[in-house]
Amino acid sequence: MIAPVSSFLASLGAAFLGVLASVGRLGVFTGQTISHLVRPPFYGREFAHALLQIGYFSLPVVGLTALFTGGALALQIYAGSARFSAEAVVPQIVAIGMVRELGPVLVGLMIAARVTSSIAAEIATMKVTEQIDALVTLSTHPMKYLTLPRVLAATLVMPLLVGVGDIVGIYGGYLVGTGRLGFNAAAYLQNTADFLEPLDVISSLAKGAVFGFIAALMGCYYGMNSERGAMGVGRATKSSVVAAAILILAANFLLTEAFFSA
Amino acid sequence: MITIENLHKSFGSNAVLRGASLHVPKGESMVVIGGSGTGKSVLIKSVLGLVQPDSGTITVDGKDVNKGDRDAFLARFGMLFQGAALFDSLPVWQNVAFRLLRGSLKKPKDEARAIAIEKLRRVGLTEDVADRLPAELSGGMQKRVGLARAIAAEPEIIFFDEPTTGLDPIMSGVINDLIREIVTEMGATAITITHDMTSVRAIADKVAMLHAGKIRWSGPVGDMDESNDPYVDQFIHGRAEGPIEAVR
Repeated sequence: MIAPVSSFLASLGAAFLGVLASVGRLGVFTGQTISHLVRPPFYGREFAHALLQIGYFSLPVVGLTALFTGGALALQIYAGSARFSAEAVVPQIVAIGMVRELGPVLVGLMIAARVTSSIAAEIATMKVTEQIDALVTLSTHPMKYLTLPRVLAATLVMPLLVGVGDIVGIYGGYLVGTGRLGFNAAAYLQNTADFLEPLDVISSLAKGAVFGFIAALMGCYYGMNSERGAMGVGRATKSSVVAAAILILAANFLLTEAFFSA
Repeated sequence: MITIENLHKSFGSNAVLRGASLHVPKGESMVVIGGSGTGKSVLIKSVLGLVQPDSGTITVDGKDVNKGDRDAFLARFGMLFQGAALFDSLPVWQNVAFRLLRGSLKKPKDEARAIAIEKLRRVGLTEDVADRLPAELSGGMQKRVGLARAIAAEPEIIFFDEPTTGLDPIMSGVINDLIREIVTEMGATAITITHDMTSVRAIADKVAMLHAGKIRWSGPVGDMDESNDPYVDQFIHGRAEGPIEAVR
């Protein structure tokens, strides 16, 4: 009887230590990434390339996600509020729902799917084909050349993407509200503008920056720590997206708590 | 001179290097032979700091490789990787001129491109490959681009990791001849890792055999056939029978 219990406790302890070790490695990786921010050289071309890849080329997916979500949100809020004759709140609830929560979270998750996976697969492939080793032999620090430009670009460009997502999401609600639900166009926009407060927008953009940091960092971390072979690349890619999505949702809760708890 | 003393390196329970020692005099072409998985690549990657050995010392010109300015240290080296390790996202000329476009050896873009094209010519490639991406090249061409990149900054020391793996015999011969010519004309110190005996005879001044984590035998390439070492003898003649287990 004692042996199975002891074995169970041992495996539980090993798993716990494993988690602690992973957190420690990620902490060191994060610290190293940030430390390169203030230590030259800085690779401007790689940073510009990352801005383009993460920011500009993510606009279609961000826009479409926000547009459909805003439209669906308007329909749901209309149907729900009709139960107690409060249909008029649709513009306000769509605005606050998109800006405070759905805009940053959905953009964050879409970036985790599109950018985190791409970064992890690219860097992991570079690792298994010895391109990372080649960088070192060419006197180029992989953290400076690969990690910092991507993490910095994602952190800076994500607030803009979230801003675009917020606006397009509200526009999706507006299209459904005025086209399907019979709202007056001017009144819809006026209600939206009147209801939103500066803190709503600030929290949205701040969440964007944090989610961008997490998304790019996870891609780089799992890419750099990839195991060998196609299976290693696949595992790194999968783990990076899962970790980024979970951390984005956890960070969203903490930031909402920090911004809006009474 | 590169001096490796009593190097140990394990990956988990797998002890790859178990006290390997090697001396490579300046300007000499040393070829390290040995079976797959015997730690040949780990040996040269330890010199470059790509692998951290568990114990032992490595010095270059008497200086510990882990001390001093790392950029200045690495600027003395060039390396041709087994799979060429070209950067997929960069055109060929930027791969070759990578070191000349950034860091302490940075040159104007036009000058770096001109040097890259000259190095491509040196390895038998024409200017029209300069703007192509590595994925558009054959394996042999990629190896040549990797070789051009390794010599682009005129390094004093060049490492070649399995330079002919995956190439047909004719292209292997071309690469072997190129390596021998380049090492001779640059006066560089070279360490080549291979298990291709044709490469050994074409490239080596001296040969060292790595087996069971240690340098089993070393000597001039001309003495290799009369080494009287059963391990070397079995390896260079590719016999299944002998002291080296065929299935490891």
